[in-house]
Formats: sequence, structure tokens, C-alpha cells
Amino acid sequence: MNEDEVLAPHAHYLDGLQQRELRYQRCHDCGGSIFYPRILCHHCGSTRLEFARSTGLGTVYSTTAVTRREEPSYSICLVDLDEGFRMMSSVVTIRAEDVRIGMRVIADIEDVEANGNASRRVVFRPVAQ
Amino acid sequence: MTTELRAGTAIVGAAESDLGEVGTGRYAIELAAQASLRALADAGLTTRDVDGLFGIVAGHFLPTLDLAEYLGIRPRYSDSTMTGGSAFVSHVHHAAVALMSGSCDIALIAYGSTARSDGRTGRLTLAPPEQPNYEAPYQPRLPISAYALAATRHMYEFGTTREHMAEVAVAARAWAHLNPAAFKREPLTVDNVLSRPIISTPFGSLDCCLVTDGGGALVMVRRDRATDHPVRPAYLLGAGEAHHHKSISQMPSLTTTAAVESATRAYAMAGCTPAEIDVVQLYDAFTINPILFLEDLGFCPKGEGGPFISGGRIAPGGELPVNTNGGGLSYCHPGMFGIFTLIEAVRQLRGTAGARQQPDVHLALAHGNGGHLASQVTAILGDATTV
Repeated sequence: MNEDEVLAPHAHYLDGLQQRELRYQRCHDCGGSIFYPRILCHHCGSTRLEFARSTGLGTVYSTTAVTRREEPSYSICLVDLDEGFRMMSSVVTIRAEDVRIGMRVIADIEDVEANGNASRRVVFRPVAQ
Repeated sequence: MTTELRAGTAIVGAAESDLGEVGTGRYAIELAAQASLRALADAGLTTRDVDGLFGIVAGHFLPTLDLAEYLGIRPRYSDSTMTGGSAFVSHVHHAAVALMSGSCDIALIAYGSTARSDGRTGRLTLAPPEQPNYEAPYQPRLPISAYALAATRHMYEFGTTREHMAEVAVAARAWAHLNPAAFKREPLTVDNVLSRPIISTPFGSLDCCLVTDGGGALVMVRRDRATDHPVRPAYLLGAGEAHHHKSISQMPSLTTTAAVESATRAYAMAGCTPAEIDVVQLYDAFTINPILFLEDLGFCPKGEGGPFISGGRIAPGGELPVNTNGGGLSYCHPGMFGIFTLIEAVRQLRGTAGARQQPDVHLALAHGNGGHLASQVTAILGDATTV
């Protein structure tokens, strides 16, 4: 584990997106999962953290569809990943109004272009049951 | 310490500034100053008497410095704690501690915002980035989407319905009808609320609070000086604070807020129970809020907030008067509503709330909420019979 990974965790997270990975942190001392990336474990205060790659599998904890005038609504949801952390995201392959609490979903890395700036974000799609 | 704080201080001045839409030529600090002068006049005091200054002015980085300079106050105690809309309930708590320690003798708590008029002129400023934001890439419509996520989860866990939430808006409007200072006073029905366009499911536009201009102020002193003023004192009997997160994606459970803890602390200090509270003023930024807070403050069991508020229970003439000024949903909401929960609690205790005055009010609860269901602060005020 290099020093940047410890002291600049956001950069390490972004680096993961570049490699199409969803990264989160695990605590060596309490075993807890940490997201968003931090320089300490918010469960126990330990600084002995390491990054891990998530499988991207999770369950929708809550959901809302944000309405727009001219375009279809889009999804905002909270996903509980199987590794024990929660993140805000969007379920992108179905109507926003059809996203349901309890739905099993899997992560995708999506390219985003806004104001000429390219970036990547983690989105989700339903897992075929 | 908490027993010393109980009834050790009192609010002896309370006032709003001009509310609603004040026009584009006026500034937030002017509304804070106007409310301050009115609250001080209410207490029979002037700016020269103030030696403890608390407050927030919308858009100001150093609010109490600006306010003190503007009002010509040289405080020996200064506190602009920023916990979102709950801040002023925190300020009441902090002012009580400062007054009881002798760090100040006359505390002024002030707020001003021109949120509505700013929207007309594009005068809103962009805040500098604070830290990496793991929510922004999804463009949640904040704060609405954060509260919408909580509402969706509450519906899923407990069977709460859009009709339950609509009843909250209808009750607020019925109270606002009795308040001449309220921004929206025309009658409202559950069907009206349900038929409005959806903003962020499950919320339609009338599930969301107003955006108005406005300000408010309070004056606090120690109990030994509480009867030196031309008004009936509203004694601070209990106060409690709690927060667990800032971002909604970091909130441990979307259906239980830190108000459980803030209220437990406030009740313990005041030595009373929810059943003894005569009027309840809750921070109703969205229609789910009173449902969550009535549960978390112990007025009904967890999950039963929807059925509890049904049938007009929190409306005029109902069993439990909640948000008797019309709330952030119908009276005013300049971005931070907390101070108005306190002003209305004071008026109900004094018996000066006009057509909406409740009979025999001895104990009033004011509950502030800040950020995305994040900061929770509860204050319990009482009249002289409760001290």
C-alpha cells in the first residue's frame, strides 16, 4: 500500500474508475467496509485501511425518480453493496419509476461527458433473477 | 449541569422580519437586522444591551461579524454555529450555556435570508468545493431527492401513503389560514396535493416547503432577569442536539433520525414526557418530516406516523396542535426554518398567537432539522407555571 493510497484515497478511487473497477476500503482492525473513501475508518477510527474491488452486486435500499420537463425522469437510488457499504447511484437501464426497493442490481462504469470534461461514474442495472 | 440549565434562561423577545417576497432591492442582513430590532423592542431592550450574539445570515461566510458590525454590537460571546436549518435551535441551547456561565447577559439570536428574491435576480452564489462529492455525479435534486429517498423507504417499511403525507400539507395550510403573516392561505385538499406535478417521487410540488424571504430573532436572558421585560417569559426547560451524518447516502437508517437522541436529551433536561407537551412546532421542509419527527420525538410509535396524523389530528381542532403558524409548507421558509419554530412556540406560551392561539399552553416543543435529515435539535419551552 503506497502513501498516496492512504492519504489521497479519492485519487485512488478515481484511478479505479479508470480501470473500470468500483473500489471501496476495508478496515484491518474492525473488518468494517468504508465508503466513501476516507483516511480513517469511520467505524473504529483505525487508519489501517486497504482498498478492495467490489463485485458490484447490491440491493436497492431506497429510490426516487427525478422529473424533468422535456426529458424522461432519471433514477436516484441508494444501493447497499454486498460487501457492506452503501452508495448513491442511478439505475440506468429501466424507467426510473420502475426501480424498486429490494431490487438486485449490478454495477457498470459509465463514461460521462459534461461541459467538455470526460469522467466516469458507477451506475447500476437490474440483475436478471 | 443539565439541572442547572433547566429553566435557567428564558426567551423574552421574539419577532419576524418582513416575510414572503420583499423585493430585489433588499438584503438578507437587512432582514436579520429588522427582526433583531423588533425582537429587542419586544423585550424592551436596544442593541446596546446585547453582549452575546448568535445567528446566521444567508450567504455570509462570517455572519456574526457582519451582524455585529451592522447592528453596532460588540459582543463578548459570538457564535455562528452552522448546522443548517436547525442552527437557531442550537443557538438557543448554546446561548443558555453561555448565559448560565456568565459569558454573556443578553443574548440576541438572529437570522435573515432573501432566498425568494435571490431566485428572481440570479444573485445566488456558488459555494467553493469542500471535499470530493460522491453524490453529485448522479445529480440528485437536493434537498428534495434526499427527503424523497427517506419517504420512499418509509412507505416501503411501514405502508405510509402519499395521502398521509398530503394530510400533513393540508393541516399546515389550515393553520396558515389562521395566520395573517402566512404566505399561502387559500384552502387546500388532499386531492389538490396529489394532483400536482411530481418533482422527485413520491413528492409533488406541494409536498415541498415554500421558498420565501424572511428573518427572525429571539432575545434570551437568565431567569433572574426574565421578569424585567414587558412580556411573559418563555423559559428554556430542555434542549438536546444530535447528528450522525451529512450526506443522505451516509445516513444509517433513512426512517429513524437523530431526533430520537436530541429529544431524549431535551425531555431528560426538562423533566417531562411527550404526553405533557401542549403545542408542537416541527421543521416541516417536506411532508415526510412531521411524520418522521412525531415518531422520533415519541408522540407515536415508529412507523405509525402516517395513521397518527390522519383524520385531522395535527390540524386546527385536532388532538395535537402541530405547526400552528402554518409551517415551512404554508407560512414561510427562507431556507432555514428553525427560528420560526421557536418564535411560534414563544407566542403560543405567551397567549399572543391570535386566531390560532391554543388554550392552556404551558409546555411547547420546537424541533429543528438541518441538512438532509442530518442535524436534529430539540428545545422545550415552558411558561412560569413550569419553572
